[in-house]
Amino acid sequence: MKRKLVMIGNGMAGVSFVEQLLKLNPHRYDITIIGAEPHPNYNRIMLSSVLAGDANMQDIVLNDWDWYRDNNILLHAGQTAAHIDTEKRTVTTDKGIAASYDDLVFATGSLPFMLPLPGADKEGVIAFRDIKDCETMIEASKNYRKAVVIGGGLLGLEAARGLLNLKMEVDVVHIFDNLMERQLDRTASKLLQAELERQGMNFLLEKQSDSIMGKKRVTGLKFKDGTHVDADLVVMAVGIKPNVQLAKDSGIEVNRGIVVDDYLQTSLPNVYAVGECAEHRGIAYGLVAPLYEQGAILAKKLAGVDSEGYQGSVVSTKLKVSGVNVFSAGRFNDEPGTKAVRVQDDIDGIYKKVVFDQGKVIGAVLFGDTGDSSRLFSLIRSGEDFAGREKEVLLGSSGGQMASTGDLVAAMSGDEIVCGCNGVTKDTILESITEKGCVSVGEIRACTKASGGCGGCKPLVEAILTSALGEDNVAAVKEGICGCTTLSRDEVVDAIKRMHLTTSKEVMHVLEWANPEGCTKCRPALNYYLGMVYPDEHEDELESRIVNERSHANIQKDGTFSVVPRIYGGVTTPADLKKIATVAEKYNVPLVKITGGQRIDLLGVKKEDLPGMWGDLDMPSGYAYGKALRTVKTCVGSTFCRFGTQDSIKMGIDLEKKFERLDTPHKVKLAVSGCPRNCAEATIKDLGVVAIDGGWEIYVAGNGGTRVRAADLLVKVKTEEEVLEWTGAYLQYYRETANWNERTSEWAQRVGLDTVKKALESKEDRDALCERIDKTLGLVKDPWKQIVENAELSKAFDALTAPAEAKV
Amino acid sequence: MNEVIVGHISEFTDRRGRVFRLGELELALFKLSDGEVKAVENNCPHKNGKLSEGMVCDHHVYCPLHDWKIDLNDGLVQAPDEGCIQTYPVFVDDKGNVVLQLAMQSKVS
Repeated sequence: MKRKLVMIGNGMAGVSFVEQLLKLNPHRYDITIIGAEPHPNYNRIMLSSVLAGDANMQDIVLNDWDWYRDNNILLHAGQTAAHIDTEKRTVTTDKGIAASYDDLVFATGSLPFMLPLPGADKEGVIAFRDIKDCETMIEASKNYRKAVVIGGGLLGLEAARGLLNLKMEVDVVHIFDNLMERQLDRTASKLLQAELERQGMNFLLEKQSDSIMGKKRVTGLKFKDGTHVDADLVVMAVGIKPNVQLAKDSGIEVNRGIVVDDYLQTSLPNVYAVGECAEHRGIAYGLVAPLYEQGAILAKKLAGVDSEGYQGSVVSTKLKVSGVNVFSAGRFNDEPGTKAVRVQDDIDGIYKKVVFDQGKVIGAVLFGDTGDSSRLFSLIRSGEDFAGREKEVLLGSSGGQMASTGDLVAAMSGDEIVCGCNGVTKDTILESITEKGCVSVGEIRACTKASGGCGGCKPLVEAILTSALGEDNVAAVKEGICGCTTLSRDEVVDAIKRMHLTTSKEVMHVLEWANPEGCTKCRPALNYYLGMVYPDEHEDELESRIVNERSHANIQKDGTFSVVPRIYGGVTTPADLKKIATVAEKYNVPLVKITGGQRIDLLGVKKEDLPGMWGDLDMPSGYAYGKALRTVKTCVGSTFCRFGTQDSIKMGIDLEKKFERLDTPHKVKLAVSGCPRNCAEATIKDLGVVAIDGGWEIYVAGNGGTRVRAADLLVKVKTEEEVLEWTGAYLQYYRETANWNERTSEWAQRVGLDTVKKALESKEDRDALCERIDKTLGLVKDPWKQIVENAELSKAFDALTAPAEAKV
Repeated sequence: MNEVIVGHISEFTDRRGRVFRLGELELALFKLSDGEVKAVENNCPHKNGKLSEGMVCDHHVYCPLHDWKIDLNDGLVQAPDEGCIQTYPVFVDDKGNVVLQLAMQSKVS
């Protein structure tokens, strides 16, 4: 007979405990979980990423509905536990469902602390705690402009950053004069404030909230000093309090949280508490790592496995705000008897402080550069004595006595949490290395989810990997361009040049590829690099092209294709339009659409019809399918427009004719606008040209896709020849240095725009680049024409059929 | 067991797919680097992608739509995805004909 386990709460701490219990002893319990939110277990820490637009709700689900079903867990989602009968051992929910238990676990988490301000019940006053709050904020951002966040702590700042991303104006109100005062010292706090102000946050410090203004919905926030601010949305993020009401009502000992012993047992037998609702040795934790540690201990207890019990946790903090690196851990404020080593670099905005007590590291604060965070955190936990050589911890040692990262990793216990976001222990990571053969951080991430959340633990995961595979294999540890190799893009390209490798087969053979014929990541990449390095020697490997480039048409979801002929600069003729219309009718094209790039798309074409259509069209391929120059969008310019300052159409056509058919690492979109009104949207293109009176501005690295990015000004030039020259040099530099499948915007941010500018600065360098691109351009041919004119090539588009006499 | 000549080996290019249709049946045939020909149903179990358009790496094909990797020997979808597709026995005879062996009755008259 299985024992019955009921858990109240369906959050990260509780479900992580259940997962560990199932691993240790899968058959001991029938498990019932009661969860108030109508969702399966999700990663609450990542809510700020949802708000920031980096993740959606689906991405942050940790255990989907199937997980509960597959593990025979009965989940009552959207129900609140209302009453516990500790005599009869039953829990009753608000919807009247009763569950009896042998063991009961409280994992009720915490509640946001709402300031009891007059008017706090108005519409538009919320906390930042769950998915619903996130949805409310996203919804509010569509209709309202001004948000006020009360609370300048970790949660408040993350909420504020999210609201900024939602294009709201954000004031952050804080009662103290320094932000995150519980996690940062004054110096770091002021640096943080300056950075966040730069990002657009406005701070109202040393302000005490008095009341919420407005009728039905909030309109403002009044302070004790008599001043006030306008607000359409007020987010309270002043703290959390353990959710203990039910435990208290049930006669369980409660202090700030539910009081538990080292085995997470409450004052009642067979009743336990884990996570934010629990108070252990006087501390109720609000960060995730300790909760996982508690869950592991409780799982052992209930699975019948011995353990030393929970000893409390040293916690560290990391702020998940993009562009801000902040870390703190332990006791980082100066106290009597402590000594600190500090580094402050105002040039790069870096501040580091390590606090010592009797030679041992007891706390640290890092701002700007948090690369040392895992190492320092380990030192705090290891308690190593640095008496007399404290400075080495931060400034490096001359005598080499400092503990290596390997030693620190070795000192970590196996069940220590490495990835706080996903609750992955050191042992789980080691297992993925030794038993599943993971050899890179990427593989470990795929296998265990470690470093897949905020990414803060990546250095530590790397250190574990290094220590597991040995110092000698450190080189083999890094991530290659795909799972087939550990070599980076630059190393592969360098080898191609150095050893004069001209086919993918050679590259894979010489560089010892793990999979003999590669994969869909490296094959097209190698084909591109080889063609880029040896334009006249390398024979294009069609079998390594992705389907669209192989068929010279875009595959659609139903297996049909789309055909887009070249329409230079978006300028067509009645004759061409008639031709396109005739072809569309002849082949029964189901959809004819004008594309965003000013041309015509014929969609829903059967593969076997492609060569015939191309022949009938007798127009060049528009390369709408390729990692190549796509379109050059133009506005009317001085030809007809009364504002036009230059002939943008001609400029666009010249660019398109010069650079069409060029293989590039990723697709390249150009545009030319005839005046600064910029109707051709040139400033969100890979390269955009904007005419000004007496010249042209060239913008680069813009993007209108997944991550919108406004282009940066590269240069201003006077003549059309110069536009062609700079464009050629820029495109060739991109071709020679970008990773395959990397758009110019990502590339320019990675290598740095200054690097790009510098590479194109001198006329000599530009000429050399242009010479190389011209060589490649001299070799390109129109693919449609080639296929139409070659019967063997066009026959390959047909399906095979059984001969007529086949009797099946 | 019925044998159908679907074409000549010279009509196949290394590591490229071809579509074969017979009545309702649509197969994807691939010539691997070692000259062997493989036949599978032309339909990815994920979202019905045309496997014939996929990239061939050794004895695997990657679906062109969402990069699912499928073993052409046994039709098994490779981890982390799951599933299976029908495979068909096929061989190249001494004249170079690509011969497909079909067990079931087709609706073609």
